[in-house]
Amino acid sequence: MSEPILSPDTGETAAERTRRLVERGLRRRYRAERRFQAYGIAAISIGLLFIGLLFTSILSSGWTIFTQTYVQLDIEYSPEELGLPENPTVEDLGLADYQALVRVAIRERFPDVEGRANLRELYGLVSSGAQFELRDRAMAKPSLIGKRETLWVPADDRVDQLVKGKIDREEPEDRRGVSDQAVAWIDALTADGRLERRFNRTFFTTGDSREPEQAGVWGAVVGSFLTLVVTLLLSFPIGVAAAVYLEEFAPKNRITDFIEVNINNLAAVPSIVFGLLGLAVFIQLFGLPRSAPLVGGLVLTLMTLPTIIIASRAALKGVPPSIREAALGMGASEVQTVAHHVLPRAMPGMLTGAIIGMARALGESAPLLMIGMVAFIVDIPGGFRDPSTVLPVQVYLWADSPERAFLERTSGAILVLLGFLLLMNATAVVLRQRFERRW
Amino acid sequence: MPTSTVVLILLILSAVAYQVGRARSLATVGGLKGARHLHSLPGYYGLLTALWCAIPALLILALWSMADGRIVTELVVAGLPPELRSLPADQLSLVLNDIKNIVAGAVPAGVASPEIVAASARYAELQQLSGYAIAVLCLAIALGAGAFVVSRIQPALRARNRVEAIVRGALVVASSIAILTTIGIVLSVLFESIQFFRQVPVTEFLFGLNWSPQLAIRADQVGSSGAFGAVPLFTGTLLIAGIAMLVAVPVGLFSAIYLAEYAHGKVRAIVKPMLEVLAGIPTVVYGFFAALVVAPNIRGFGESFGLEVSSESALAAGLVMGIMIIPFVSSLADDMITAVPQSLRDGSYGLGATQSETIRRVVLPAALPGIVGGVLLAISRAIGETMIVVMAAGLGANLTANPLEAVTTVTTQIVTLLVGDQEFDSPKTLAAFALGLVLFVVTLSLNIIALHVVRKYREQYE
Repeated sequence: MSEPILSPDTGETAAERTRRLVERGLRRRYRAERRFQAYGIAAISIGLLFIGLLFTSILSSGWTIFTQTYVQLDIEYSPEELGLPENPTVEDLGLADYQALVRVAIRERFPDVEGRANLRELYGLVSSGAQFELRDRAMAKPSLIGKRETLWVPADDRVDQLVKGKIDREEPEDRRGVSDQAVAWIDALTADGRLERRFNRTFFTTGDSREPEQAGVWGAVVGSFLTLVVTLLLSFPIGVAAAVYLEEFAPKNRITDFIEVNINNLAAVPSIVFGLLGLAVFIQLFGLPRSAPLVGGLVLTLMTLPTIIIASRAALKGVPPSIREAALGMGASEVQTVAHHVLPRAMPGMLTGAIIGMARALGESAPLLMIGMVAFIVDIPGGFRDPSTVLPVQVYLWADSPERAFLERTSGAILVLLGFLLLMNATAVVLRQRFERRW
Repeated sequence: MPTSTVVLILLILSAVAYQVGRARSLATVGGLKGARHLHSLPGYYGLLTALWCAIPALLILALWSMADGRIVTELVVAGLPPELRSLPADQLSLVLNDIKNIVAGAVPAGVASPEIVAASARYAELQQLSGYAIAVLCLAIALGAGAFVVSRIQPALRARNRVEAIVRGALVVASSIAILTTIGIVLSVLFESIQFFRQVPVTEFLFGLNWSPQLAIRADQVGSSGAFGAVPLFTGTLLIAGIAMLVAVPVGLFSAIYLAEYAHGKVRAIVKPMLEVLAGIPTVVYGFFAALVVAPNIRGFGESFGLEVSSESALAAGLVMGIMIIPFVSSLADDMITAVPQSLRDGSYGLGATQSETIRRVVLPAALPGIVGGVLLAISRAIGETMIVVMAAGLGANLTANPLEAVTTVTTQIVTLLVGDQEFDSPKTLAAFALGLVLFVVTLSLNIIALHVVRKYREQYE
């Protein structure tokens, strides 16, 4: 039996027509399929592209932070220039004019420079922090007075930026911030081997400063450390205790539900709101000191608690009921079962959660702005009640500074911050892989 | 005596108490041999003694250290000469600051008036006195409580049950901190907001179109209330959050779809953690990136087309915020997509649908409620995000929908109003708390709706 011809013009059968239509449709549908996949790939590429862009822009402006430009000067600690009396006491040494020594030493390099403006420009090559370095040396070793020594002192931040190529030599003089004359001096010093880039100790050992070349992250690192110590000491025990209660002891009732809803909501409350709480309660009501790691740690504790509770509960859920039943069967009380058997099994998971919570707390800055940890603090904090700042807030402060050299500091501080975060997350991953047990 | 020393002494004392309690319990039954006559293991008697020794004293210490600053200050104020005491509150607090600075040694005593020097001496004296008093009180309580428990130790004492009751109590207290935090947030924000609304009507705050709180600093100025119409802040927040969602939702959703449905296992294992790196980067780094890399580039790009782009454009902040939220959307969407049962997909394939048709017509509709919940959570995060907008968005309250102009947001204003010294009675400071209240209420409602939607969806397939 032959198939009925549908269309007399083409002589096409119904089956042929269907196939033709389907094939045409198939081509379209496969195109749509490929398009859809391409959207997915494009989305992922956009995400990865931004990660790449973020890291390259930070690395490219921040990797030079490890070195800094230093100038070699022959310093003569002459008592006349210092304005010291006979047999100076340590106090005299502290008050003496070391800036003069730096000036003399740098003039020695360029004896033919004349005129006030030119001299001021010449003196400006060396960091204004150099005199304090000399003072500290002289006070530590008073026998230096009257002697001569060759020292590397930090150069000014503009010199540093020029040497690092962050200031373009080709730019016109008035937009460059460094005069042609200064460039010539710098080149002369470099040719003499008296100007070079060395490891930037200042950045890793000092606190904040208004002068970029003297500003360091150490104060912020210590502040972050103190804050995290408070956070960890409070949030880990409380978080674990809350998780144990909710997972092991809590009766199924309204109150328990209410606590759970609260924890879930707190996990999603904007961090700045915790800052408002800290300001109103810890500082206004309890009168705790502003800018202190103690208050910062308290605020961050409240902020990280939900994270730690949720992670700890997951870890407790991972311990199979058979362990509990075995312990109870041997006559252990409920508390003993949890303390002796369940908690040790869940501990790696809880620690992982705690580290991740700490990493979040380390990167947090908004609530700390509210409680005054944003102040300009030069000293390295020595205790939990000392005013201090933390790494992310230091990044924020430097990012606001107008000097070009602070851009490099900001990126450098971000690198330090990211380094710590990487370390913490790597620890968490290792911990998880080492101790994770499948039951 | 510093608090830390007292705490240390208390800890040492309770360690001693443990040993004493343990030894005492054994002594009542005639040494280790008689231990089977004890109700609990000897260690529990030690623990009970140690807990009683430490806990009450530590509680008293904590309460005291919260209150003593205020009490000492009140006493010093009461001791001030009447002409100083009758000063208005803000000047009085300046006087108090002087006193505290002298005590801390930050200001040499020579420059201050004799009354203030006397008051500061009194302050230091009271502070020292308070330190000694609390130390003595704590130690007395610790010793007393410890001795009481030791005297009660006998074989029939149910030491384990008592210790466990204390432990359970501590667990309950720990889990109630979540409730206390919520209450604390609500109360602290609400109290200051109510004060604010006494000075500025609620309707003006919620519907006013003009925001310039800086005017309010000058208290003696006529009509010094400033302008507290927060609508420009709300629109600015929504504009930036909207731009962020325009970036984050398509990118996050499509990467989740690709990773969950198409990607090879190995690709997924590499790409997924890489995208999640975005979630671990501190927001201040995004802020830096937005302010110093993205914003200038957008500006340069716009200018090459002859467009006027502000250097603090909403576009830059929104774009970077969107990038930050990508992993948030994608991991939630991923969860929701993988939660869709395989049988639904198989049914669709069986009817001849291609993979993309299956995803669009079957998987996504099935996962939609969950994805919507995830997007709501992402919106709440975008609204509450602070550092990016503080660093990259503007300060001027512009009522505009143009993404190339600078706008300001609720969180930016909270930070600018509260950074630095505050007076808690000026509407400028209180306005920050009112903004905080709005922020809290909005994000809380979004979260509650989102969690409800997500939970309901999860139940559907479980």
